[in-house]
Amino acid sequence: MQRFTCPFCGLRDEREFSFAGESGKTRPDTAAEVSDADWSAYLFTGTNPRGRTDEIWVHTPCQEYFRMIRDTVTMEVLETVPLRRDPS
Amino acid sequence: MSYRHNDSGRLIDRSQTLTFTFDGKTFTGHPGDTLASALLAGDRMLVGRSFKYHRPRGIVASGVEEPNALVNMGHGNRMEPNQRATTTELFDGLTAVSQNRWPTLDSDIGAMNAAIARFLPAGFYYKTFLWPRAFWKNVYEPFIRQSAGLGRAPTEADPDSYEHFHVHTDVLVVGGGVAGLAAAKAAAATGLKVLVLEQTHYWGGRTPVDGGKIDGMPAQEWIDATVAELEAMRNVTLRTRTMGAGVYDHGYALGYERLTDHAPDAEGPRHRLWRIRARQIVTATGAIERPLAFAGNDVPGVMLASAMRDYLVNWGVVPGQRIVVATNNDDGYRTAIVLKKAGLDVLRILDAREAGGGALMQEARDLGLRIDCGRGIGKVSGGKRVKKVQICVTTGTGGAMEALDCDAVAMAGGWSPVVHLWSHCGGKLVWDDAQAHFRPDPAKAPTGADGLPFVTTAGSASGPMALGSVLQDGAAAGTRAAKAAGGKGRAPKVPVAEDVEEAAMLPVWQMPARAEYRLKSKSWLDFQNDVKVSDVELAAREGFESVEHTKRYTTLGMATDQGKLSNINGLAVLAGALQKPIPQVGTTTFRPPYTPISIGAIGGSARGDIFQPVRMTPMHAWHDVHGADWEPVGQWRRPYAYPQQGEKVEEAVQREVTNTRDNVGLLDASTLGKILVRGPDAGRFLDMLYTNMMSTLKVGRCRYGLMCSENGFLIDDGVVARVGEDAWLCHTTTGGADRIHAHMEEWLQTEWWDWKVHVANLTEQYAQIAVVGPKARQLLESLGGMDLSAETLPFMAWADGELGGIGVRVYRISFSGELSFEIAVRAGQGLALWEKLVEAGKAFGVMPYGTEALHIMRAEKGFIMIGDETDGTVIPQDLGLDWAISKKKTDYLGKRAQERSHMTDPTRWKLVGLETEDGSVLPDGAYAVGRGKNANGQLVTQGRVTSSYHSPTLGRGIAMGLVLHGPDRMGEVLEFPGTDDKVYRAKIVNPVFFDPEGAKQNV
Ligand SMILES: [Zn+2]
Repeated sequence: MQRFTCPFCGLRDEREFSFAGESGKTRPDTAAEVSDADWSAYLFTGTNPRGRTDEIWVHTPCQEYFRMIRDTVTMEVLETVPLRRDPS
Repeated sequence: MSYRHNDSGRLIDRSQTLTFTFDGKTFTGHPGDTLASALLAGDRMLVGRSFKYHRPRGIVASGVEEPNALVNMGHGNRMEPNQRATTTELFDGLTAVSQNRWPTLDSDIGAMNAAIARFLPAGFYYKTFLWPRAFWKNVYEPFIRQSAGLGRAPTEADPDSYEHFHVHTDVLVVGGGVAGLAAAKAAAATGLKVLVLEQTHYWGGRTPVDGGKIDGMPAQEWIDATVAELEAMRNVTLRTRTMGAGVYDHGYALGYERLTDHAPDAEGPRHRLWRIRARQIVTATGAIERPLAFAGNDVPGVMLASAMRDYLVNWGVVPGQRIVVATNNDDGYRTAIVLKKAGLDVLRILDAREAGGGALMQEARDLGLRIDCGRGIGKVSGGKRVKKVQICVTTGTGGAMEALDCDAVAMAGGWSPVVHLWSHCGGKLVWDDAQAHFRPDPAKAPTGADGLPFVTTAGSASGPMALGSVLQDGAAAGTRAAKAAGGKGRAPKVPVAEDVEEAAMLPVWQMPARAEYRLKSKSWLDFQNDVKVSDVELAAREGFESVEHTKRYTTLGMATDQGKLSNINGLAVLAGALQKPIPQVGTTTFRPPYTPISIGAIGGSARGDIFQPVRMTPMHAWHDVHGADWEPVGQWRRPYAYPQQGEKVEEAVQREVTNTRDNVGLLDASTLGKILVRGPDAGRFLDMLYTNMMSTLKVGRCRYGLMCSENGFLIDDGVVARVGEDAWLCHTTTGGADRIHAHMEEWLQTEWWDWKVHVANLTEQYAQIAVVGPKARQLLESLGGMDLSAETLPFMAWADGELGGIGVRVYRISFSGELSFEIAVRAGQGLALWEKLVEAGKAFGVMPYGTEALHIMRAEKGFIMIGDETDGTVIPQDLGLDWAISKKKTDYLGKRAQERSHMTDPTRWKLVGLETEDGSVLPDGAYAVGRGKNANGQLVTQGRVTSSYHSPTLGRGIAMGLVLHGPDRMGEVLEFPGTDDKVYRAKIVNPVFFDPEGAKQNV
């Protein structure tokens, strides 16, 4: 079981967290025409990289979403930051 | 025969005698015995039958790797199957029964399986799928069912208690052998917190059996001194009878402590699960000896050489009187020497190596033992006990050169490090050619949250097997781990031992090397699952090249011992058959737990009433006193119905519906989610969340709304009330409150972070009571305090006021089709209002009703229920809810997805009502079948039942369902085959069964 640092509460066990998506994925502007391909890419396609990944997680007890940079191979947790701040 | 030797047995206390039974027969043993050693002392070598062929099986090993000696322990509510006799400490009154045999162990009818062994090849189970379909029902299935499963599951509730321990430590050392102790000592010297776990009840591992001197003293003396030294240190915790079960990410580890298995009358929990977070983990898990694969290596009386010397030295038990030792390495000689020194008759040592061994061979020779080099075992015969060994040339095909009458065989096939814990979390292995085993690759250790290694191996778990190197490696591992965990200070002196020079071992994967099929098909690899050399070779011929596939196809290593004995031998045979080097074939995956742990330990104290927290409404206790039949809904308990004296639950449900429709009913609706959404952008936000328009709702009014996921699927529904200029209260389903609140937060935090909205989950702040039925208004008016007339409070409006002196908010909404008021009140006043309503309601015939009456009434009105009509694949359009989807809005969550081709497909099943022709109740979930068959030869389906009830109002069964082109097929009759072999016929009708004009609710 991994441990992550909630930027608001501190170091906690993995079971207190949920994955919420890859960082940088924005909802297409539906006021304009969005093709089926673009929409399904938004809904279903992730990059799921091997190694360094940039993700949004939520800490369930405080319900704050935050950004986490981690390595899926070494299990290293590189950084967790609130959504309003850029990672270093 | 096997028996108790006169003067050895370092672990037993001969001054006391314990009595136990095996298969009903009484045996005796001593404190310190395992069940296995005591059985052997009582000449019970045959202890079980193999899984597939029901072959007679004896004790092979002395520890956790034992594949055969699995017994059913205890009886009644303390019965437990598949307990390993070799790790079961003996206690007075123990009862054990052998498994997988019928009628008795000695005369087993299933042994006929062995006679048809040729017809049960590798992959038998899978092959049956290819054969004629008719064979399945009549031949294979009965056979597989009868032979499936090892041991019987207990049927009664477990009376014992279990608990969890949460522990943080700097260094965790798994294994209390000499390497683990040396590691612990080195780590503890830095002052760090050290926890040492040992799976047996004694320290030092197998070193006292194998012999040798440490720092000039006998091994046992050094062990005692080191343990005493560690015990005296405040920063060290030592635990025996505690197995390191698994290593997980970021330094998490599980320990499994067996507190009272050896003393069932003792107080306290039986097992304890240690949930450990360690900065560094040292795995000093030792090594396990490998068997040799020769024909008849499973005959009772054939044992691992190391186990044979364990039984003699630890428990004073001799497995036979005329013993043959077969080895491919020097360590096998240790067994021969120990046996000979104890005065036993070692007939022959068969050394597979042409050149023989080193100093240990010389010592054996000096003791007068006869040694044949370049020789091995061609075949062991004997049935239920070893009778004869045929000697052959190791490199040959198995032609017998000589036969020896004997009653026990020791096999020494070399040692494999226990790499399980190292591998659990990603540690990689490297093939060691000299010792013919996989060992941990220190360059590829599991890494933690800082990206650095957090597991290090110690002693023979690292690869070296000689005492001196084991100690050196152990101490170095402890120092390394302490340093990585932040420990400072000088490491203590490394303990030293002089090693005996050993000659190189010779890998032997099949004995003899060119054995014929008749021998290979009797050479066992996996004893418990009955996998032989010939099975693995067959799998390779049939194209199973990956070791993971071969494992599943042959079931090699899939038994309760998880291949501790068989894995390396099996994959070496596979590599041979594939003509590939062993490291290229690789190993299967090692998964926790290292040995099986009890379900009780995993659950800990979370069982019964404290399995999970129960959420209670303010009226919970009232419901309980008034006979509620509880139904779990999420973490809540809700009354399903309130059966009265002598009334069945189904009868109560029907009564509650009828009374609500005729008079007035009360429902505790407090569990419904209540989420306040407030802020300048709240209207805009809700327009995105709901499919219809919420921003245009007037203050004081309510609107029913649907919520979809971004995939378009319906996820929740409920009534929204506008409670202020910039505030809305959203009702959600009972199960949806937390989920929908989180859904709102996610969108507000991640996508629309600049919108000025905040949300608060007020679910538990208010109690909510639905007052429902034609006399609802009269009842409320009798309490007095506010005007509830249709003019002041029309349908879908709300008002604040007072009822019976209690401040309330009344919503005029209906989920039943009746005149209905939902009254919200501060939670602390919920019970008071409920009791006032019950008291005042007596004059109007009021009765409480439960969730089932609620369900029936909503179904009579054709209202959908999230979770019944929806299952995560249903969109609002499927349910005929187009009226609740705004045509004006350019966007809402799910809108774009609902325009995708699959969502607009006219063949999507749509909601209809269903009425059986005979008035019976359709089985819930039943499928409507069509004409013809699909590509798999199954009947074509054209719809399914989503809700089904008996309606007391209509006096017949009513149902809702999703049907192909349903709304266009009114009046058509569909056929629903039930699981009871009946076919139900039902007509497609309008889903609104009752009061379609809505006359009853609009009064
Ligand atoms: Zn937090």
